[in-house]
Amino acid sequence: MAFIELTRVVKNYEKGSEVVHVLQDLNLSLHEGDFLALMGPSGSGKSTLLNLIGGIDQPTAGSVLVDGANLGNMSGSQLAKWRSETIGFVFQFYNLLPFLTAERNVELPLLLTNLGGSQRKENALTALRTVSLEDRAKHKPGELSGGQQQRVAIARAIVADPKILVCDEPTGDLDRQSAQEILALLETLNERFGKTVIMVTHDPLAAEHAKTVLHLDKGVLVESGQAEVSA
Amino acid sequence: MTSVGFVWKNLYRKKTRTFLTFFCLFIAFLLYVALGSIAVVFSIDTVSGELGANRLQTSAKYSMIDDIPKRYVDEITQLDGVEVVTHMTWFGGYYQEPSNMLVTFPVDPSTYFRIYRELEISDEHLTAFLETRRGMVAPIETVERYQWKVGDIIPIGSQIYAQKDGNRIWEFELVGFYTPQQEGMSAVLLQYDYFEEANAFGPGAVGWLTIEISDPQLAPELAQKIDSMYINSSDPVRTATESESNRQFLAQYGNITLMMSGILLAVFFTILLVCANTMAQAFRERIAELGVLKTIGFNDYKLGMWMLSEAILLSVLPAIFGVLVGMGLLIAVGSTGAAAMFIPTPPMSVLLSTAVSSLALAGALGVLVGAIPALSTTRMSIVDAMHA
Ligand SMILES: Nc1ncnc2c1ncn2[C@@H]1O[C@H](COP(=O)(O)OP(=O)(O)OP(=O)(O)O)[C@@H](O)[C@H]1O
Ligand SMILES: [Mg+2]
Repeated sequence: MAFIELTRVVKNYEKGSEVVHVLQDLNLSLHEGDFLALMGPSGSGKSTLLNLIGGIDQPTAGSVLVDGANLGNMSGSQLAKWRSETIGFVFQFYNLLPFLTAERNVELPLLLTNLGGSQRKENALTALRTVSLEDRAKHKPGELSGGQQQRVAIARAIVADPKILVCDEPTGDLDRQSAQEILALLETLNERFGKTVIMVTHDPLAAEHAKTVLHLDKGVLVESGQAEVSA
Repeated sequence: MTSVGFVWKNLYRKKTRTFLTFFCLFIAFLLYVALGSIAVVFSIDTVSGELGANRLQTSAKYSMIDDIPKRYVDEITQLDGVEVVTHMTWFGGYYQEPSNMLVTFPVDPSTYFRIYRELEISDEHLTAFLETRRGMVAPIETVERYQWKVGDIIPIGSQIYAQKDGNRIWEFELVGFYTPQQEGMSAVLLQYDYFEEANAFGPGAVGWLTIEISDPQLAPELAQKIDSMYINSSDPVRTATESESNRQFLAQYGNITLMMSGILLAVFFTILLVCANTMAQAFRERIAELGVLKTIGFNDYKLGMWMLSEAILLSVLPAIFGVLVGMGLLIAVGSTGAAAMFIPTPPMSVLLSTAVSSLALAGALGVLVGAIPALSTTRMSIVDAMHA
């Protein structure tokens, strides 16, 4: 069985009496250690798919198996705990808490563990070191550039040592230079630390960093093997 | 950082708003404790309690500040049903500084202590007081506060009475002290005979009378009788039970209890809105953030509790300060002179129960204003939150 296995997944949103069909009969399987770039037009359901894999949302039908867990069978609080242990999330707009320093932002997921205060602090600093931002530990997000904020967000995503990183347009709001740094970082995390990375992107150059590229169009996945530059 | 630290930081992230809300609640609870304690004192009869039921108080009809003739004492003593009559006069006393007011009454020692049995004095000190013309006794608390010793000559200034030579600083010998068994009645007492003879206004006038009657049932009848005795004289009087009289004095300012309840109700309604508004804003600003926290793995229950804790802190913290400052003020006011006679420091039991009820109220307020944001936090789905 694959590390991540989606079988005949259907996802509909109900808006009043109207039903929006987002994903239709979707199958996907990924092995551990993969680096997937998910591309496709706006509104094609990329974020929706990411939410299903990340255990944020439940499918309307079909099954989502991730690392042996059947997400469809889990309650809200079971999913919350599972997410905290299994998935690191990176968002387009970093989504750091503005009133906490970089270090505290990174420490946040560790509040869900049994680690003591000093251990949490040490792990947070280690994660910041991994993204080369130890020297900004005491800075608040407002005092950091976009690229730096995204690196803090990545440190937050990896601090609890999850197996999977789920990134929704992590470079969407960054200039080319900063985007390159983030992508290089994700590559390192994938290659050196063995994290499975699933990244949504609109940028073909970003997709080049991935091992697998899939296109989602109108709720259907189209494989394209090695990244092809097809903007 | 811990969960508590996180809630704390959240509370302070909008410093100005939090400060203003805090300040608003601080003032509200300060008012609540101060007015609430006083209202309790008015509504329950701590001033005179059961002992006051068979006591009447007679003062000048139109103003408590007016004198009445001393001969009324003897005339009223003659009436059937009257046991003892004693009198007091407002001396306007102070110690060292005029601002350092001392409630001081020239009294007739023998009748005074016969009526006010709740003031405990040793036979030795009472005898000394009876026998010393320039004698003075004081509540033990006052004696200790100023570190007086029995035998000391104490200068007492008067805002009202000069001696015959014009000097307003009088000297008395402290011959003893007494221990009030009830809050409220604690005055420095002087020998009236000496005061009457030595004061520049001359003899024959006293401030007001306290009359002990044999049966509380007789109170209305006797009060009317006394008032009618002097109705056509140049010094008409008004007689009421002692507790009623205290209330009447305060009633000059309106129905205090009702007024205070009204004010407090308005204040609490206002702070309820202020607090609810603060929490509603805090929630709205954080929807996306709460979505992120949920995504990371914080569960609904925990985040809801954080929101609720924040609301409770927001209301309880300033309440604690307000209660402390309010109690401090009451104790300070109650121990400074004139105010103490009519607005005595509420007994510690009243203060404490007001403090406890304030904090309970603050807690309830916190739960009330935190409930909706907390529930919304719990129910909000991540997908919706992230789209917000
Ligand atoms: N909570 C929701 N309720 C209703 N409809 C939704 C909801 N979330 C997404 N949709 C709809 O589902 C479809 C897919 O949305 P999704 O966010 O997955 O697209 P996307 O591929 O990530 O687009 P983009 O590239 O713009 O981020 C869209 O038509 C969107 O309007
Ligand atoms: Mg999207």
